[in-house]
Amino acid sequence: MTMKLTEEQQQILDGGKGEVHAKIMKTLVMYGEAFGAEEMVPVTGKRGHLVTSFGLSVMKPVYELMDQLIEAGALSEQPFSVDPRPLDKHVPANLLQNIFFKVMYSKQTDYEAQLEKLGILGDDAFTCTCYMDEVGNIPQRGEVLSWAESSAVVYANSVCGARCNRNSGILELFGSIVGCVPSFGLLTNEGRKASWVVEVRTTARPEAQVLGSAIGMKVMEDVPYVKGLTPWLGTELTQEAKDYLKDFGAATASNGAVGLYHIADLTPEAAEQGEALIAEGAQTYVVDDAELERVRSNYPVIWKERDAAPKLCFVGCPHLSLAQLQDWTKSLAEALAAQGRSKVAVPTVFTAAPGVLEAFEQTAEATTLKALGVVASYICPLMYMNNPLCGKMPVITNSNKLRTYTTARYYTSAEILQRISGEVH
Amino acid sequence: MKQFKGRVVVPGTVQAEALVSHGGFNTLASFQKSLMFGDKNATCSDQNNPDLNGKPMHGKALCLPQTIGSTTGGMVLYCAAALSRQPVCLLFSKPIDSLAAAGVILADVWTDASMPTVDTLGEEFLEAVQSGMTVTIEENGVVTVE
Repeated sequence: MTMKLTEEQQQILDGGKGEVHAKIMKTLVMYGEAFGAEEMVPVTGKRGHLVTSFGLSVMKPVYELMDQLIEAGALSEQPFSVDPRPLDKHVPANLLQNIFFKVMYSKQTDYEAQLEKLGILGDDAFTCTCYMDEVGNIPQRGEVLSWAESSAVVYANSVCGARCNRNSGILELFGSIVGCVPSFGLLTNEGRKASWVVEVRTTARPEAQVLGSAIGMKVMEDVPYVKGLTPWLGTELTQEAKDYLKDFGAATASNGAVGLYHIADLTPEAAEQGEALIAEGAQTYVVDDAELERVRSNYPVIWKERDAAPKLCFVGCPHLSLAQLQDWTKSLAEALAAQGRSKVAVPTVFTAAPGVLEAFEQTAEATTLKALGVVASYICPLMYMNNPLCGKMPVITNSNKLRTYTTARYYTSAEILQRISGEVH
Repeated sequence: MKQFKGRVVVPGTVQAEALVSHGGFNTLASFQKSLMFGDKNATCSDQNNPDLNGKPMHGKALCLPQTIGSTTGGMVLYCAAALSRQPVCLLFSKPIDSLAAAGVILADVWTDASMPTVDTLGEEFLEAVQSGMTVTIEENGVVTVE
């Protein structure tokens, strides 16, 4: 192994803290060497974030590995949040589906007990948007993180200005256990330079999740520098801009493999360094109305009956912010009133972090939303959808991530509103 | 017969039938159904990948540009290996991405099922190799397609 390690790191690698710690360090060193890392750097973020939140019965190898870590005392140095829980009894499901969920996620309780031993922040730390104020796992600019969850990593890098590679599940925990990660890619100044310039030339504010999808599919794992969004997002990271970037980033990361993007005059590094962030020889991708339409028209619709009436709608992948929950409630109430309806035309679930839902409960909109017949849940829609029973259901969503991983059909937010309000059948 | 030289990420020698993805390989989307329902052939379930969707991946030489998608990707590859449902090797035209690297390294360090892996084989590699061809990997990263 050629990476230069500190005395302490070398001692761990040599087995000074036992075999399990040595294997963890060996994994991280091999990982770094695959990317030419010359050294490990300390994890300076105060909290971690794990991607694996689900006790899927078939993921036995993962639970066995977690047991090995716990038995060896290889626990996380930082308390961590974790992706959303896969189950919520309030989300509509029939008897068969409920039985299936119980079998499929039969390891959920055991796995959550493992997470508690490993260092989870608390019982309500299950969300993909741990960076919301109500959750409080907000990385600071320049902090080195050992996180996974593609949508959280791309947000932490791009909007918060933290430094984190697109780590895989398990690897992110390893970095938190030994307190260091190999220095390469998005941890370095060079790796944060943009190799693509994206010129947005649309006639209206592009739908965040379609723009993100188009860019992700084009640049794959590269860093894009996006110009042309200022008329719609402004130059301040307002809550509205952050919410847009949350949804945009999740699409870049799931439809492609983007771990960092820069938005001209808006995201912290772009605001400070401007076009100096663009690498020499960067390629250009022009996104106009026609390109967005081309991308969207290529999304496969894999429902058995293409024109089936939707049986469920998910909004909130990634989880909604408090402001988004309130905005959706207001828009939906108005849309339903315009249709002369008092309740949604399609069973609908809005998802958000437990802390955000708690804050939402204190608002007037919470009562309104309940009256409209919408379920507010902490669930992970992706985990709900990942079984043959739910997979056969005609589910609609405004999430390009959910579309990518499941049979859910994508519609823009405006189109979703039309469908759940009964304006369009 | 054509030969390509790449960089060895996980060493090993193997000969297998090629399975080629010209687009990014979404690890979670590809493996999720087979892991969930005990499909030992590891039939690809990525609806967005017309090259692979519905094709068995277990025992194949998976040829791809890079992996994309969820950061569970490495963990999913590790699980596939631990459950003996993995491709026998991974051959990347581009430099390996962080999720795939995590998966093959986790498999190498923590399971008995190593997946020899070679990256940076170049775009010509993906142009030359077709599903069904025989691929041979040597310890030094030379890949023969015939």
